[in-house]
Amino acid sequence: MSVTGVPVDLEPPSGQEPTEVPRGPGRLGDRLFGGSATLAGTIVIALVTLVGVFLLAQAIPAIAKDQVNFLWSREWNVDSEPLRFGVRDLLWATVVTSIIAMLLAVPVGVAVALFITEYAPRWLARPAAQLVDLLAAVPSIVYGLWGVATFTPFVGPLQNWLGSTLGWIPLFAPKYQSSLFVVGIVLAIMILPIVTALSREVFSQTPRTHKEAALALGATKWEMIRTAVLPYGQPGVISAAMLALGRALGETIAVTMILSALAPGSPWSWSLFNGGATFASLIANNAAEFDSPEKTGAYIAAGLVLFVLTFVVNAIARIVIERRKAFTE
Amino acid sequence: MAKRIDVENLSIFYGSFKAVEDVSMTIEPRSVTAFIGSSGCGKSTVLRTLNRMHEVVPGGRVEGKVLLDGTDLYGSSVDPVGVRRTVGMVFQRPNPFPTMTIYENVAAGLRLNGVKNKKRLDETVERSLRGANLWNEVKDRLDKPGAGLSGGQQQRLCIARAIAVEPQVLLMDEPCSALDPISTLAVEDLITELKPKYTIVIVTHNMQQAARVSDRTAFFNLSAQGKPGNLIEIDDTTKIFNNPTEKATEDYISGRFG
Ligand SMILES: Nc1ncnc2c1ncn2[C@@H]1O[C@H](COP(=O)(O)OP(=O)(O)OP(=O)(O)O)[C@@H](O)[C@H]1O
Ligand SMILES: [Mg+2]
Repeated sequence: MSVTGVPVDLEPPSGQEPTEVPRGPGRLGDRLFGGSATLAGTIVIALVTLVGVFLLAQAIPAIAKDQVNFLWSREWNVDSEPLRFGVRDLLWATVVTSIIAMLLAVPVGVAVALFITEYAPRWLARPAAQLVDLLAAVPSIVYGLWGVATFTPFVGPLQNWLGSTLGWIPLFAPKYQSSLFVVGIVLAIMILPIVTALSREVFSQTPRTHKEAALALGATKWEMIRTAVLPYGQPGVISAAMLALGRALGETIAVTMILSALAPGSPWSWSLFNGGATFASLIANNAAEFDSPEKTGAYIAAGLVLFVLTFVVNAIARIVIERRKAFTE
Repeated sequence: MAKRIDVENLSIFYGSFKAVEDVSMTIEPRSVTAFIGSSGCGKSTVLRTLNRMHEVVPGGRVEGKVLLDGTDLYGSSVDPVGVRRTVGMVFQRPNPFPTMTIYENVAAGLRLNGVKNKKRLDETVERSLRGANLWNEVKDRLDKPGAGLSGGQQQRLCIARAIAVEPQVLLMDEPCSALDPISTLAVEDLITELKPKYTIVIVTHNMQQAARVSDRTAFFNLSAQGKPGNLIEIDDTTKIFNNPTEKATEDYISGRFG
Protein backbone atom coordinates (compact mmCIF):
# COMPACT_ATOMS: atom_id res chain seq x y z
CA MET A 1 0.00 0.00 0.00
CA SER A 2 1.15 3.49 -0.71
CA VAL A 3 2.54 5.60 2.05
CA THR A 4 3.28 8.65 -0.02
CA GLY A 5 0.25 10.71 0.98
CA VAL A 6 -2.06 9.55 -1.77
CA PRO A 7 -5.50 9.33 -0.14
CA VAL A 8 -6.25 5.72 0.71
CA ASP A 9 -9.58 4.30 -0.30
CA LEU A 10 -11.22 3.05 2.86
CA GLU A 11 -14.23 1.40 1.22
CA PRO A 12 -13.79 -2.26 0.41
CA PRO A 13 -13.55 -2.73 -3.36
CA SER A 14 -17.05 -3.25 -4.74
CA GLY A 15 -18.14 -6.79 -5.46
CA GLN A 16 -16.11 -8.16 -2.60
CA GLU A 17 -17.43 -9.23 0.80
CA PRO A 18 -16.15 -7.01 3.60
CA THR A 19 -13.50 -9.14 5.28
CA GLU A 20 -14.46 -10.39 8.72
CA VAL A 21 -12.19 -10.32 11.71
CA PRO A 22 -10.86 -13.87 11.73
CA ARG A 23 -12.33 -15.94 14.54
CA GLY A 24 -10.38 -19.13 14.60
CA PRO A 25 -9.03 -21.81 16.85
CA GLY A 26 -6.90 -19.12 18.49
CA ARG A 27 -9.90 -17.64 20.31
CA LEU A 28 -11.26 -21.06 21.25
CA GLY A 29 -7.86 -22.14 22.55
CA ASP A 30 -7.69 -18.97 24.64
CA ARG A 31 -11.05 -19.66 26.16
CA LEU A 32 -10.30 -23.32 26.84
CA PHE A 33 -7.00 -22.53 28.46
CA GLY A 34 -8.37 -19.58 30.42
CA GLY A 35 -11.24 -21.72 31.63
CA SER A 36 -9.10 -24.62 32.76
CA ALA A 37 -6.59 -22.31 34.45
CA THR A 38 -9.41 -20.61 36.37
CA LEU A 39 -10.82 -24.00 37.31
CA ALA A 40 -7.47 -25.27 38.53
CA GLY A 41 -6.94 -22.10 40.55
CA THR A 42 -10.37 -22.36 42.12
CA ILE A 43 -9.79 -26.01 43.03
CA VAL A 44 -6.50 -25.20 44.74
CA ILE A 45 -8.04 -22.38 46.76
CA ALA A 46 -11.01 -24.56 47.65
CA LEU A 47 -8.73 -27.38 48.76
CA VAL A 48 -6.65 -25.13 51.00
CA THR A 49 -9.81 -23.71 52.53
CA LEU A 50 -11.21 -27.19 53.07
CA VAL A 51 -8.01 -28.33 54.77
CA GLY A 52 -8.19 -25.30 57.05
CA VAL A 53 -11.86 -25.90 57.86
CA PHE A 54 -11.21 -29.58 58.51
CA LEU A 55 -8.35 -28.82 60.88
CA LEU A 56 -10.40 -26.22 62.71
CA ALA A 57 -13.50 -28.42 62.98
CA GLN A 58 -11.49 -31.23 64.53
CA ALA A 59 -9.28 -29.09 66.70
CA ILE A 60 -11.81 -26.75 68.30
CA PRO A 61 -13.76 -29.38 70.32
CA ALA A 62 -10.52 -30.82 71.65
CA ILE A 63 -9.16 -27.40 72.60
CA ALA A 64 -12.46 -26.62 74.32
CA LYS A 65 -11.98 -29.66 76.55
CA ASP A 66 -8.32 -28.85 77.23
CA GLN A 67 -7.70 -28.39 80.97
CA VAL A 68 -4.55 -26.28 80.51
CA ASN A 69 -3.59 -23.32 78.33
CA PHE A 70 -3.19 -24.73 74.84
CA LEU A 71 -0.54 -22.25 73.73
CA TRP A 72 1.41 -21.88 76.93
CA SER A 73 1.35 -25.27 78.67
CA ARG A 74 4.26 -27.67 78.37
CA GLU A 75 2.19 -30.71 79.22
CA TRP A 76 1.14 -33.26 76.65
CA ASN A 77 -1.17 -35.79 78.17
CA VAL A 78 -3.99 -36.99 75.96
CA ASP A 79 -4.16 -40.63 77.01
CA SER A 80 -6.70 -40.12 79.76
CA GLU A 81 -9.59 -37.76 80.37
CA PRO A 82 -9.45 -34.90 81.18
CA LEU A 83 -7.14 -33.88 78.35
CA ARG A 84 -4.18 -31.72 79.29
CA PHE A 85 -2.13 -30.54 76.34
CA GLY A 86 -0.18 -27.48 75.31
CA VAL A 87 2.27 -26.70 72.53
CA ARG A 88 4.94 -24.53 74.13
CA ASP A 89 7.64 -27.24 74.05
CA LEU A 90 6.71 -28.25 70.53
CA LEU A 91 6.80 -24.68 69.31
CA TRP A 92 10.19 -24.16 70.92
CA ALA A 93 11.68 -27.32 69.47
CA THR A 94 10.27 -26.67 66.01
CA VAL A 95 11.34 -23.04 65.86
CA VAL A 96 14.79 -23.60 67.38
CA THR A 97 15.71 -26.45 65.07
CA SER A 98 14.52 -24.48 62.05
CA ILE A 99 16.40 -21.35 63.11
CA ILE A 100 19.61 -23.33 63.54
CA ALA A 101 19.05 -24.89 60.13
CA MET A 102 18.41 -21.53 58.45
CA LEU A 103 21.35 -19.79 60.13
CA LEU A 104 23.66 -22.46 58.79
CA ALA A 105 22.09 -23.28 55.44
CA VAL A 106 21.21 -19.87 54.00
CA PRO A 107 24.65 -18.21 54.17
CA VAL A 108 26.44 -21.39 53.13
CA GLY A 109 23.92 -22.08 50.35
CA VAL A 110 24.23 -18.55 48.97
CA ALA A 111 28.02 -18.77 49.16
CA VAL A 112 28.08 -22.10 47.33
CA ALA A 113 25.68 -20.74 44.70
CA LEU A 114 27.93 -17.71 44.18
CA PHE A 115 30.95 -19.95 43.95
CA ILE A 116 29.31 -22.09 41.30
CA THR A 117 27.99 -19.19 39.22
CA GLU A 118 30.80 -16.66 39.58
CA TYR A 119 34.04 -18.18 40.74
CA ALA A 120 34.24 -21.82 39.69
CA PRO A 121 35.97 -22.60 36.40
CA ARG A 122 33.53 -23.89 33.83
CA TRP A 123 34.63 -27.53 33.92
CA LEU A 124 33.80 -27.54 37.63
CA ALA A 125 30.70 -25.36 37.68
CA ARG A 126 28.52 -27.70 35.67
CA PRO A 127 29.12 -30.94 37.59
CA ALA A 128 28.94 -29.04 40.88
CA ALA A 129 25.55 -27.59 39.93
CA GLN A 130 24.26 -31.01 38.92
CA LEU A 131 25.50 -32.56 42.15
CA VAL A 132 23.67 -29.94 44.18
CA ASP A 133 20.45 -30.50 42.24
CA LEU A 134 20.84 -34.21 42.88
CA LEU A 135 21.32 -33.69 46.63
CA ALA A 136 18.12 -31.63 46.72
CA ALA A 137 16.22 -34.74 45.67
CA VAL A 138 17.58 -37.14 48.31
CA PRO A 139 14.63 -38.44 50.38
CA SER A 140 14.60 -37.38 54.02
CA ILE A 141 14.60 -40.93 55.38
CA VAL A 142 18.15 -41.20 54.03
CA TYR A 143 19.18 -38.08 55.89
CA GLY A 144 17.48 -39.49 59.00
CA LEU A 145 19.39 -42.75 58.80
CA TRP A 146 22.62 -40.97 58.19
CA GLY A 147 21.91 -38.55 61.02
CA VAL A 148 21.34 -41.37 63.51
CA ALA A 149 24.06 -43.71 62.38
CA THR A 150 26.88 -41.37 61.47
CA PHE A 151 26.26 -37.79 62.35
CA THR A 152 25.03 -37.91 65.96
CA PRO A 153 28.13 -39.77 67.20
CA PHE A 154 30.25 -37.43 65.13
CA VAL A 155 28.77 -34.23 66.58
CA GLY A 156 28.88 -35.63 70.11
CA PRO A 157 32.42 -34.35 70.86
CA LEU A 158 31.65 -30.92 69.41
CA GLN A 159 28.54 -30.70 71.51
CA ASN A 160 30.41 -31.79 74.63
CA TRP A 161 33.10 -29.24 74.00
CA LEU A 162 30.54 -26.44 73.48
CA GLY A 163 28.74 -27.59 76.62
CA SER A 164 31.86 -27.55 78.73
CA THR A 165 33.25 -24.22 77.50
CA LEU A 166 30.05 -22.23 76.95
CA GLY A 167 27.84 -24.17 79.37
CA TRP A 168 27.27 -21.04 81.49
CA ILE A 169 25.13 -19.64 78.66
CA PRO A 170 21.67 -21.21 79.08
CA LEU A 171 21.53 -22.03 75.36
CA PHE A 172 24.56 -24.30 75.68
CA ALA A 173 23.83 -26.04 78.98
CA PRO A 174 25.01 -29.67 78.61
CA LYS A 175 22.22 -32.21 78.10
CA TYR A 176 21.58 -35.08 75.72
CA GLN A 177 23.41 -36.36 72.68
CA SER A 178 20.52 -36.51 70.24
CA SER A 179 19.60 -32.90 70.72
CA LEU A 180 17.82 -30.04 69.01
CA PHE A 181 21.29 -28.90 68.00
CA VAL A 182 22.02 -32.10 66.10
CA VAL A 183 18.60 -32.03 64.46
CA GLY A 184 19.18 -28.39 63.46
CA ILE A 185 22.43 -29.31 61.75
CA VAL A 186 20.90 -32.30 59.95
CA LEU A 187 18.01 -30.08 58.82
CA ALA A 188 20.57 -27.55 57.60
CA ILE A 189 22.25 -30.21 55.51
CA MET A 190 18.86 -31.27 54.15
CA ILE A 191 17.82 -27.78 53.08
CA LEU A 192 21.26 -26.64 51.92
CA PRO A 193 20.82 -28.12 48.44
CA ILE A 194 17.42 -26.43 48.07
CA VAL A 195 18.80 -23.03 48.98
CA THR A 196 21.84 -23.59 46.78
CA ALA A 197 19.98 -24.90 43.74
CA LEU A 198 17.41 -22.09 43.70
CA SER A 199 19.94 -19.34 44.47
CA ARG A 200 22.24 -20.61 41.78
CA GLU A 201 19.36 -20.46 39.33
CA VAL A 202 18.56 -16.81 40.07
CA PHE A 203 22.19 -15.73 40.27
CA SER A 204 22.93 -17.27 36.90
CA GLN A 205 20.11 -15.21 35.41
CA THR A 206 21.60 -11.87 36.43
CA PRO A 207 21.58 -9.90 33.17
CA ARG A 208 25.07 -9.49 31.74
CA THR A 209 24.40 -5.78 31.30
CA HIS A 210 24.05 -5.31 35.08
CA LYS A 211 27.29 -7.12 35.76
CA GLU A 212 29.13 -5.20 33.06
CA ALA A 213 27.77 -1.93 34.42
CA ALA A 214 29.38 -2.70 37.75
CA LEU A 215 32.65 -3.95 36.27
CA ALA A 216 32.94 -0.92 33.98
CA LEU A 217 32.77 1.32 37.05
CA GLY A 218 35.85 -0.42 38.35
CA ALA A 219 34.21 -2.92 40.65
CA THR A 220 36.19 -5.94 41.76
CA LYS A 221 34.56 -9.31 41.35
CA TRP A 222 33.17 -9.25 44.88
CA GLU A 223 31.98 -5.65 44.51
CA MET A 224 30.31 -6.62 41.24
CA ILE A 225 28.52 -9.43 43.07
CA ARG A 226 27.41 -7.00 45.76
CA THR A 227 26.18 -4.31 43.39
CA ALA A 228 24.70 -6.44 40.62
CA VAL A 229 24.24 -10.12 41.45
CA LEU A 230 23.00 -10.05 45.04
CA PRO A 231 20.41 -7.28 44.63
CA TYR A 232 19.10 -8.96 41.50
CA GLY A 233 18.92 -12.34 43.21
CA GLN A 234 17.61 -11.16 46.56
CA PRO A 235 13.90 -11.91 46.06
CA GLY A 236 14.83 -15.31 44.65
CA VAL A 237 17.05 -16.06 47.62
CA ILE A 238 14.26 -15.08 50.00
CA SER A 239 11.86 -17.39 48.18
CA ALA A 240 14.43 -20.16 48.29
CA ALA A 241 14.95 -19.63 52.01
CA MET A 242 11.21 -19.74 52.62
CA LEU A 243 10.81 -22.95 50.69
CA ALA A 244 13.67 -24.41 52.68
CA LEU A 245 12.20 -23.12 55.94
CA GLY A 246 8.90 -24.73 55.05
CA ARG A 247 10.67 -28.03 54.63
CA ALA A 248 12.62 -27.59 57.88
CA LEU A 249 9.51 -26.71 59.91
CA GLY A 250 7.57 -29.65 58.57
CA GLU A 251 10.36 -32.21 58.35
CA THR A 252 9.12 -35.33 60.05
CA ILE A 253 10.96 -38.55 59.55
CA ALA A 254 14.54 -37.39 60.03
CA VAL A 255 13.60 -35.46 63.16
CA THR A 256 11.60 -38.37 64.54
CA MET A 257 14.54 -40.70 64.05
CA ILE A 258 17.17 -38.46 65.61
CA LEU A 259 15.63 -36.40 68.39
CA SER A 260 15.41 -38.02 71.82
CA ALA A 261 12.13 -37.42 73.60
CA LEU A 262 11.95 -35.61 76.92
CA ALA A 263 10.74 -37.44 80.00
CA PRO A 264 7.28 -36.16 80.98
CA GLY A 265 7.52 -33.41 83.56
CA SER A 266 11.19 -32.61 82.95
CA PRO A 267 12.01 -29.01 83.82
CA TRP A 268 12.11 -26.23 81.22
CA SER A 269 15.50 -25.65 79.70
CA TRP A 270 16.80 -23.14 77.17
CA SER A 271 19.52 -25.53 76.14
CA LEU A 272 20.00 -26.38 72.48
CA PHE A 273 21.40 -29.66 73.71
CA ASN A 274 18.04 -30.66 75.12
CA GLY A 275 15.87 -33.31 73.52
CA GLY A 276 12.21 -32.78 72.72
CA ALA A 277 9.70 -33.14 69.95
CA THR A 278 8.67 -30.92 67.07
CA PHE A 279 5.07 -30.65 65.90
CA ALA A 280 5.74 -33.02 63.05
CA SER A 281 7.73 -35.57 65.02
CA LEU A 282 5.19 -35.66 67.85
CA ILE A 283 2.34 -36.28 65.47
CA ALA A 284 4.27 -38.91 63.55
CA ASN A 285 5.33 -40.71 66.72
CA ASN A 286 1.70 -41.02 67.84
CA ALA A 287 -0.08 -41.48 64.54
CA ALA A 288 -0.85 -45.11 65.42
CA GLU A 289 -2.87 -44.12 68.47
CA PHE A 290 -5.53 -41.77 67.19
CA ASP A 291 -8.29 -43.78 68.84
CA SER A 292 -10.66 -41.16 70.23
CA PRO A 293 -11.87 -38.02 68.47
CA GLU A 294 -10.61 -35.82 71.33
CA LYS A 295 -7.16 -37.35 71.19
CA THR A 296 -7.04 -36.99 67.44
CA GLY A 297 -8.30 -33.44 67.83
CA ALA A 298 -5.44 -32.59 70.17
CA TYR A 299 -2.88 -33.67 67.59
CA ILE A 300 -4.75 -31.87 64.86
CA ALA A 301 -4.70 -28.73 66.97
CA ALA A 302 -0.93 -29.08 67.12
CA GLY A 303 -0.86 -29.52 63.36
CA LEU A 304 -2.95 -26.39 63.03
CA VAL A 305 -0.33 -24.38 64.89
CA LEU A 306 2.31 -25.66 62.47
CA PHE A 307 0.02 -24.68 59.57
CA VAL A 308 -0.36 -21.14 60.95
CA LEU A 309 3.37 -20.91 61.61
CA THR A 310 4.32 -21.73 58.02
CA PHE A 311 1.60 -19.44 56.78
CA VAL A 312 2.90 -16.49 58.82
CA VAL A 313 6.47 -17.14 57.71
CA ASN A 314 5.42 -17.16 54.08
CA ALA A 315 3.34 -14.01 54.47
CA ILE A 316 6.32 -12.17 55.95
CA ALA A 317 8.50 -13.30 53.04
CA ARG A 318 5.86 -12.08 50.57
CA ILE A 319 5.81 -8.67 52.21
CA VAL A 320 9.59 -8.40 52.07
CA ILE A 321 9.62 -9.35 48.38
CA GLU A 322 6.75 -6.96 47.55
CA ARG A 323 8.58 -4.08 49.15
CA ARG A 324 11.53 -4.63 46.82
CA LYS A 325 9.31 -4.90 43.80
CA ALA A 326 9.36 -1.24 42.79
CA PHE A 327 13.10 -1.59 42.35
CA THR A 328 13.27 -4.75 40.34
CA GLU A 329 11.23 -3.84 37.29
CA MET B 1 43.80 14.85 33.24
CA ALA B 2 42.51 13.57 29.91
CA LYS B 3 44.81 10.89 28.55
CA ARG B 4 46.18 9.90 25.21
CA ILE B 5 45.62 6.40 23.87
CA ASP B 6 47.98 4.59 21.53
CA VAL B 7 46.82 1.30 20.09
CA GLU B 8 49.64 -0.76 18.60
CA ASN B 9 49.12 -3.83 16.40
CA LEU B 10 46.11 -4.94 18.37
CA SER B 11 44.41 -8.23 17.45
CA ILE B 12 41.39 -9.33 19.42
CA PHE B 13 40.07 -12.87 19.89
CA TYR B 14 36.93 -14.57 21.16
CA GLY B 15 38.34 -17.99 21.96
CA SER B 16 39.92 -19.12 18.72
CA PHE B 17 37.92 -16.65 16.60
CA LYS B 18 39.94 -13.62 15.61
CA ALA B 19 37.41 -10.79 15.59
CA VAL B 20 39.73 -7.86 14.86
CA GLU B 21 43.15 -7.84 13.28
CA ASP B 22 46.12 -5.57 13.60
CA VAL B 23 44.62 -2.25 14.62
CA SER B 24 46.96 0.66 15.25
CA MET B 25 45.77 4.17 16.02
CA THR B 26 46.34 7.18 18.20
CA ILE B 27 43.59 8.93 20.10
CA GLU B 28 44.44 12.41 21.29
CA PRO B 29 43.42 13.76 24.69
CA ARG B 30 40.53 16.25 24.83
CA SER B 31 39.16 15.07 21.52
CA VAL B 32 36.19 13.08 20.33
CA THR B 33 36.91 10.07 18.14
CA ALA B 34 34.08 8.28 16.35
CA PHE B 35 34.21 4.61 15.31
CA ILE B 36 32.07 3.88 12.27
CA GLY B 37 31.66 0.82 10.09
CA SER B 38 29.19 -1.88 9.18
CA SER B 39 27.66 -4.18 11.75
CA GLY B 40 29.91 -6.94 13.07
CA CYS B 41 33.19 -5.39 11.99
CA GLY B 42 34.44 -5.14 15.55
CA LYS B 43 33.83 -1.54 16.68
CA SER B 44 32.42 -2.60 20.05
CA THR B 45 35.14 -5.18 20.41
CA VAL B 46 37.90 -2.61 19.90
CA LEU B 47 36.16 -0.16 22.23
CA ARG B 48 35.93 -2.77 24.95
CA THR B 49 39.64 -3.50 24.81
CA LEU B 50 40.35 0.12 25.72
CA ASN B 51 39.17 -0.46 29.31
CA ARG B 52 39.82 -4.19 29.50
CA MET B 53 36.12 -5.06 29.43
CA HIS B 54 36.83 -7.44 26.58
CA GLU B 55 38.34 -10.03 28.88
CA VAL B 56 35.09 -10.19 30.87
CA VAL B 57 33.74 -12.31 28.02
CA PRO B 58 34.80 -15.95 28.53
CA GLY B 59 37.61 -16.72 26.11
CA GLY B 60 38.26 -13.06 25.33
CA ARG B 61 41.95 -12.17 24.86
CA VAL B 62 44.12 -9.73 22.94
CA GLU B 63 47.50 -9.52 21.27
CA GLY B 64 49.30 -6.23 20.87
CA LYS B 65 49.39 -3.14 23.01
CA VAL B 66 47.08 -0.43 24.27
CA LEU B 67 49.06 2.44 25.79
CA LEU B 68 47.39 4.96 28.05
CA ASP B 69 49.77 7.91 28.31
CA GLY B 70 52.55 5.46 27.57
CA THR B 71 51.62 2.70 30.06
CA ASP B 72 50.54 -0.60 28.52
CA LEU B 73 47.08 -1.46 29.84
CA TYR B 74 47.84 -5.13 29.24
CA GLY B 75 51.14 -5.06 31.11
CA SER B 76 51.48 -7.87 33.61
CA SER B 77 51.42 -5.58 36.64
CA VAL B 78 48.32 -3.64 35.57
CA ASP B 79 45.11 -4.26 37.49
CA PRO B 80 42.05 -4.27 35.18
CA VAL B 81 39.94 -2.87 38.01
CA GLY B 82 42.20 0.18 38.15
CA VAL B 83 42.03 0.57 34.37
CA ARG B 84 38.24 0.62 34.47
CA ARG B 85 38.26 3.31 37.13
CA THR B 86 40.36 5.47 34.79
CA VAL B 87 38.51 4.61 31.59
CA GLY B 88 34.74 4.89 32.00
CA MET B 89 32.17 3.30 29.73
CA VAL B 90 28.59 3.93 28.61
CA PHE B 91 26.83 0.99 27.00
CA GLN B 92 24.59 0.73 23.99
CA ARG B 93 21.55 -0.17 26.08
CA PRO B 94 20.94 1.91 29.20
CA ASN B 95 21.81 -0.27 32.18
CA PRO B 96 21.17 1.55 35.45
CA PHE B 97 21.31 -0.71 38.52
CA PRO B 98 17.64 -1.64 38.82
CA THR B 99 17.59 -2.08 42.59
CA MET B 100 19.20 1.29 43.27
CA THR B 101 17.70 4.74 43.48
CA ILE B 102 18.69 7.46 41.02
CA TYR B 103 20.98 8.92 43.68
CA GLU B 104 22.58 5.59 44.48
CA ASN B 105 23.13 4.83 40.80
CA VAL B 106 25.17 7.97 40.37
CA ALA B 107 26.95 7.46 43.69
CA ALA B 108 27.74 3.80 42.97
CA GLY B 109 31.19 4.41 41.55
CA LEU B 110 32.19 6.71 44.40
CA ARG B 111 30.98 4.18 46.93
CA LEU B 112 33.15 1.56 45.24
CA ASN B 113 36.04 3.95 45.78
CA GLY B 114 35.17 4.06 49.47
CA VAL B 115 33.74 7.58 49.59
CA LYS B 116 31.34 7.80 52.54
CA ASN B 117 31.21 11.53 53.16
CA LYS B 118 27.56 12.49 52.62
CA LYS B 119 28.34 16.05 51.59
CA ARG B 120 30.87 14.97 49.00
CA LEU B 121 28.48 12.36 47.63
CA ASP B 122 25.65 14.91 47.43
CA GLU B 123 27.87 17.37 45.58
CA THR B 124 29.17 14.80 43.14
CA VAL B 125 25.73 13.42 42.43
CA GLU B 126 24.38 16.89 41.67
CA ARG B 127 27.39 17.87 39.57
CA SER B 128 27.27 14.64 37.56
CA LEU B 129 23.53 14.84 36.98
CA ARG B 130 23.89 18.46 35.89
CA GLY B 131 26.76 17.36 33.66
CA ALA B 132 24.51 14.76 32.07
CA ASN B 133 21.67 17.29 31.56
CA LEU B 134 19.44 15.29 33.84
CA TRP B 135 19.42 17.26 37.09
CA ASN B 136 16.32 19.33 36.40
CA GLU B 137 14.29 16.29 35.46
CA VAL B 138 15.15 14.18 38.48
CA LYS B 139 16.10 16.54 41.30
CA ASP B 140 12.78 15.99 43.05
CA ARG B 141 12.89 12.22 42.87
CA LEU B 142 16.45 11.21 43.58
CA ASP B 143 15.19 8.50 45.91
CA LYS B 144 13.08 6.80 43.24
CA PRO B 145 14.33 3.73 41.36
CA GLY B 146 16.57 4.48 38.40
CA ALA B 147 14.70 1.91 36.33
CA GLY B 148 11.59 4.09 36.53
CA LEU B 149 13.05 6.70 34.18
CA SER B 150 12.44 6.83 30.45
CA GLY B 151 14.99 5.18 28.18
CA GLY B 152 16.64 8.48 27.30
CA GLN B 153 16.75 9.56 30.92
CA GLN B 154 18.21 6.20 31.88
CA GLN B 155 20.97 6.62 29.33
CA ARG B 156 21.82 10.06 30.67
CA LEU B 157 21.73 8.55 34.16
CA CYS B 158 24.33 6.02 32.98
CA ILE B 159 26.43 8.87 31.61
CA ALA B 160 26.13 10.66 34.95
CA ARG B 161 27.18 7.46 36.69
CA ALA B 162 30.19 7.14 34.40
CA ILE B 163 31.38 10.75 34.82
CA ALA B 164 30.78 10.79 38.60
CA VAL B 165 34.07 8.97 39.17
CA GLU B 166 35.86 11.50 36.94
CA PRO B 167 37.45 9.03 34.52
CA GLN B 168 40.12 10.28 32.18
CA VAL B 169 38.70 8.57 29.16
CA LEU B 170 35.03 8.02 28.36
CA LEU B 171 34.01 5.23 26.01
CA MET B 172 30.49 5.26 24.56
CA ASP B 173 29.09 2.34 22.58
CA GLU B 174 26.21 3.64 20.46
CA PRO B 175 24.92 5.73 23.37
CA CYS B 176 22.03 7.14 21.34
CA SER B 177 20.81 4.06 19.54
CA ALA B 178 17.84 3.70 21.90
CA LEU B 179 17.08 7.40 22.17
CA ASP B 180 14.60 9.81 20.60
CA PRO B 181 15.97 12.78 18.62
CA ILE B 182 15.65 15.21 21.53
CA SER B 183 17.54 12.97 23.96
CA THR B 184 20.06 12.28 21.22
CA LEU B 185 20.71 15.99 20.85
CA ALA B 186 21.02 16.31 24.62
CA VAL B 187 23.64 13.56 24.65
CA GLU B 188 25.49 15.13 21.72
CA ASP B 189 25.53 18.51 23.46
CA LEU B 190 26.82 16.75 26.51
CA ILE B 191 29.66 15.16 24.54
CA THR B 192 30.66 18.58 23.24
CA GLU B 193 30.59 19.95 26.79
CA LEU B 194 32.64 17.09 28.15
CA LYS B 195 35.26 17.29 25.42
CA PRO B 196 37.53 19.86 27.09
CA LYS B 197 37.96 17.56 30.08
CA TYR B 198 37.91 14.03 28.73
CA THR B 199 39.17 11.85 25.96
CA ILE B 200 36.02 10.53 24.33
CA VAL B 201 35.56 7.58 21.99
CA ILE B 202 32.11 6.98 20.58
CA VAL B 203 30.79 4.15 18.41
CA THR B 204 27.93 5.20 16.17
CA HIS B 205 25.98 4.03 13.16
CA ASN B 206 24.71 7.53 12.62
CA MET B 207 26.90 9.35 10.08
CA GLN B 208 25.42 12.74 10.89
CA GLN B 209 26.17 12.15 14.54
CA ALA B 210 29.78 11.23 13.80
CA ALA B 211 30.08 14.35 11.64
CA ARG B 212 28.47 16.55 14.31
CA VAL B 213 30.34 15.48 17.43
CA SER B 214 33.69 14.04 16.45
CA ASP B 215 37.08 15.53 15.65
CA ARG B 216 38.49 12.30 14.30
CA THR B 217 36.77 9.34 12.68
CA ALA B 218 37.96 5.75 12.41
CA PHE B 219 36.41 3.54 9.75
CA PHE B 220 36.36 -0.23 10.32
CA ASN B 221 35.47 -2.85 7.78
CA LEU B 222 35.29 -6.58 7.20
CA SER B 223 37.13 -7.91 4.17
CA ALA B 224 34.68 -10.86 4.07
CA GLN B 225 32.19 -12.62 6.32
CA GLY B 226 33.96 -14.76 8.92
CA LYS B 227 37.18 -12.82 8.43
CA PRO B 228 38.50 -10.50 11.14
CA GLY B 229 37.58 -6.81 11.00
CA ASN B 230 40.22 -4.21 10.10
CA LEU B 231 40.77 -0.55 10.70
CA ILE B 232 40.64 0.91 7.19
CA GLU B 233 41.60 4.45 8.07
CA ILE B 234 41.48 7.04 10.79
CA ASP B 235 41.66 10.73 10.00
CA ASP B 236 40.11 14.11 10.74
CA THR B 237 36.34 13.83 10.53
CA THR B 238 36.06 16.50 7.83
CA LYS B 239 38.60 14.64 5.74
CA ILE B 240 36.88 11.26 6.18
CA PHE B 241 33.52 12.69 5.22
CA ASN B 242 34.64 14.92 2.36
CA ASN B 243 37.74 13.43 0.90
CA PRO B 244 38.64 9.99 2.29
CA THR B 245 41.85 8.33 1.22
CA GLU B 246 40.40 4.85 0.84
CA LYS B 247 37.79 3.83 -1.69
CA ALA B 248 36.02 1.57 0.85
CA THR B 249 35.51 4.53 3.16
CA GLU B 250 34.03 6.63 0.43
CA ASP B 251 31.68 3.80 -0.56
CA TYR B 252 30.53 3.37 3.01
CA ILE B 253 30.06 7.08 3.67
CA SER B 254 28.07 7.61 0.51
CA GLY B 255 25.90 4.59 1.26
CA ARG B 256 27.09 2.52 -1.68
CA PHE B 257 28.17 -0.23 0.67
CA GLY B 258 26.71 -2.75 3.20
N1 LIG C 1 30.75 -12.47 23.07
C1 LIG C 1 31.16 -12.82 21.86
N2 LIG C 1 31.57 -14.09 21.62
C2 LIG C 1 31.99 -14.45 20.40
N3 LIG C 1 32.05 -13.63 19.33
C3 LIG C 1 31.65 -12.37 19.50
C4 LIG C 1 31.18 -11.89 20.77
N4 LIG C 1 30.85 -10.58 20.63
C5 LIG C 1 31.10 -10.27 19.35
N5 LIG C 1 31.58 -11.32 18.66
C6 LIG C 1 31.98 -11.34 17.25
O1 LIG C 1 32.98 -10.39 17.04
C7 LIG C 1 32.76 -9.70 15.82
C8 LIG C 1 32.72 -8.21 16.07
O2 LIG C 1 31.61 -7.92 16.88
P1 LIG C 1 31.32 -6.48 17.46
O3 LIG C 1 30.23 -6.60 18.45
O4 LIG C 1 32.57 -5.86 17.90
O5 LIG C 1 30.78 -5.73 16.15
P2 LIG C 1 30.29 -4.22 16.01
O6 LIG C 1 31.16 -3.58 14.99
O7 LIG C 1 30.20 -3.57 17.33
O8 LIG C 1 28.85 -4.44 15.41
P3 LIG C 1 27.52 -3.57 15.68
O9 LIG C 1 27.67 -2.35 14.86
O10 LIG C 1 26.44 -4.46 15.15
O11 LIG C 1 27.43 -3.33 17.13
C9 LIG C 1 31.48 -10.24 15.24
O12 LIG C 1 31.83 -11.20 14.25
C10 LIG C 1 30.81 -10.93 16.39
O13 LIG C 1 30.08 -12.04 15.96
MG1 LIG D 1 28.58 -2.93 18.62
